[in-house]
Amino acid sequence: MRFLLVAFVVLGCQRDRREPVRPPPGAPIGTVEIHQPERLTSIATTEVDALGRPIRVACVTCHSLRKPTRLPSSTAELDEFHQGLKFAHGTMSCGSCHVVGDQRSLRRADGSLVDMRDAIVLCRQCHGPQARDYDHGAHGGMAGHWDLSVGGRTRNHCVDCHDPHVPAFQPSLPVLPPRDLGIARPTGAQ
Amino acid sequence: MKRRVALKVVGATLGAGAVAYAGAPVAEWAAGLSLDDTLRQHYKVLTEDELAQILRRHEDETKKLHGVDVHIEDIPAQDGVSFGYALNLSACIGCRKCAEACHQENNHDRRTNNSYIRVLEMEQGSFDMERGNVDYDHAVPAPGKYYMPVQCHQCDDAPCVKVCPVEATWKEKDGIVVVDYNWCIGCRYCEAACPYHARRFNWQPPEIPAEEINPQQGYLSNRIRPQGVVEKCTFCLHRTRRGLLPACLEACPTGARVFGNLLDPKSEIRWVLEHKRVYVLKEELGTRPRFFYFFDE
Repeated sequence: MRFLLVAFVVLGCQRDRREPVRPPPGAPIGTVEIHQPERLTSIATTEVDALGRPIRVACVTCHSLRKPTRLPSSTAELDEFHQGLKFAHGTMSCGSCHVVGDQRSLRRADGSLVDMRDAIVLCRQCHGPQARDYDHGAHGGMAGHWDLSVGGRTRNHCVDCHDPHVPAFQPSLPVLPPRDLGIARPTGAQ
Repeated sequence: MKRRVALKVVGATLGAGAVAYAGAPVAEWAAGLSLDDTLRQHYKVLTEDELAQILRRHEDETKKLHGVDVHIEDIPAQDGVSFGYALNLSACIGCRKCAEACHQENNHDRRTNNSYIRVLEMEQGSFDMERGNVDYDHAVPAPGKYYMPVQCHQCDDAPCVKVCPVEATWKEKDGIVVVDYNWCIGCRYCEAACPYHARRFNWQPPEIPAEEINPQQGYLSNRIRPQGVVEKCTFCLHRTRRGLLPACLEACPTGARVFGNLLDPKSEIRWVLEHKRVYVLKEELGTRPRFFYFFDE
C-alpha cells in the first residue's frame, strides 16, 4: 500500500501536458493539388549563348509557318526539325501521342484530344499500376502536409519527374556521402 | 615567523595548487554546463514554466554560440496519431537527396556532412545490410545494384531505449523515439544497441555557418546538439507534429517515400501496408520497426 502511494506521488506529479496541436477531427481543410508544369512554348536548340545556356526557339517560330503533313514514325526520320531528339519509351511512334498540325494537344488511344498539360490522363492509359499507386499516394513525390486537416499538399505531375520521351531516370552523380560513416572518428577528435 | 608556521604556509599553498591543477580538466569540462542545466529535472517531470525557461535558455545559448535568433519549441505528440514511414525500393535511385535534405533540415555538423539517413548500395539479390556500401561516388543507379536508405526505424520494441542507463531516450506516444540531448551522458550504449546503425555521436561541437542554421527548431529534434551526446532521426517531429511531411520525403526526386498516420485507415501509408509487398529490415530481431520497405510488382 505504501508502495502504491509512493508510485502515485511519483507518477501523479507529472506536468499537465499542453494542448495537442491537432485540431478537432472534422472535414479536411487542406486540398490536394497536382502541380501544373509550365506551358511548353519553346524548345532548346543545340546552340548555346555566351553563358553556356542552350538557346531556345519558340514553337511558333516554325509551327506558325509550316504545317507538317505527316508525323514520322521514329526519331531517326527527323531530318529537318527536332533533330537529335532522344527517345526511349517503348516501341511507340511519334503519332502514338502527338497530333499532326496541333502541337499543343495529345491524342488518347480512343482518338480524343487532350491538352498537353493534361498529359497525366494520357500516361494513365498504359501505366495502370503506376496510376493506381499514384491515386493512393504511393507513386510520385509530394510536398506540404500529410495531415489534410491542417493544410494542403502539392503532388507532382508525371512530367515533373519523367521526361516523356525518355521516362526512365538516367544515371547521375549522387550527393556526396557523409564523412563520419559512424565508424571512424573525424581527424583531430580526441 | 616560526619555522612551523612557515612550513604550514608552504604546505597549504602547495596543496591548494595541487588540487587546482588536478581539478583543471573538470573545471574546463564543466565550463559548458550551466548550473541551471545541472540542477534541472528530467524532461518528463518538468512543469510548463520550467520547460519554457529551458527553451528560452537554449535559444539564448544558440544566440551566444552561433549568433542566430532561433525559435525552439517543444511540440507534444498529437492524440490519435501514430506515425509510419514506407520506402519504395523499386523507385529509389540512390541519389542521396534525402540525406542532403536531412543534413540541412536538422542542423547537422557541416564538417562531417552528417545525416540521419545512410543510403546503402546493395547487390541485387542480396539483403545483407552489413554488406551495403555507404560511400559510393559513381553515377547512380548503377547496373546490378539497388539502393536502400536506412534511418531510425522508430522501433516499438527499441533496443536503444532499453539500454540507456539514464532514461535520456524514450518512445513518445506517436511512436517517435526521442533523445533529450541535455540528459544524455554520451555513453553510446544506444549506438551500439541499434541494429540499424541509426544513431550518431557528436564527437565535436557541430559547426554550421550562421546563415545555414534552420531557425525552426524542436527541443527533442533539430535544435543544435552539444558535443558528446547522441542524436538520431525523429521523423522531423518539429514538422510532422505540425502536420507537415518530413524533409527527406519532400526532397525525394523519385517519390519513393510514403509517410502518414497508421491509425488513419484512409492514409497513404495504410494503403501501402495493405496492398504492397512489404518487408521490415532485420525482422528476426523482433524490434517491430515503424519503417517499412516495399516493392512495386
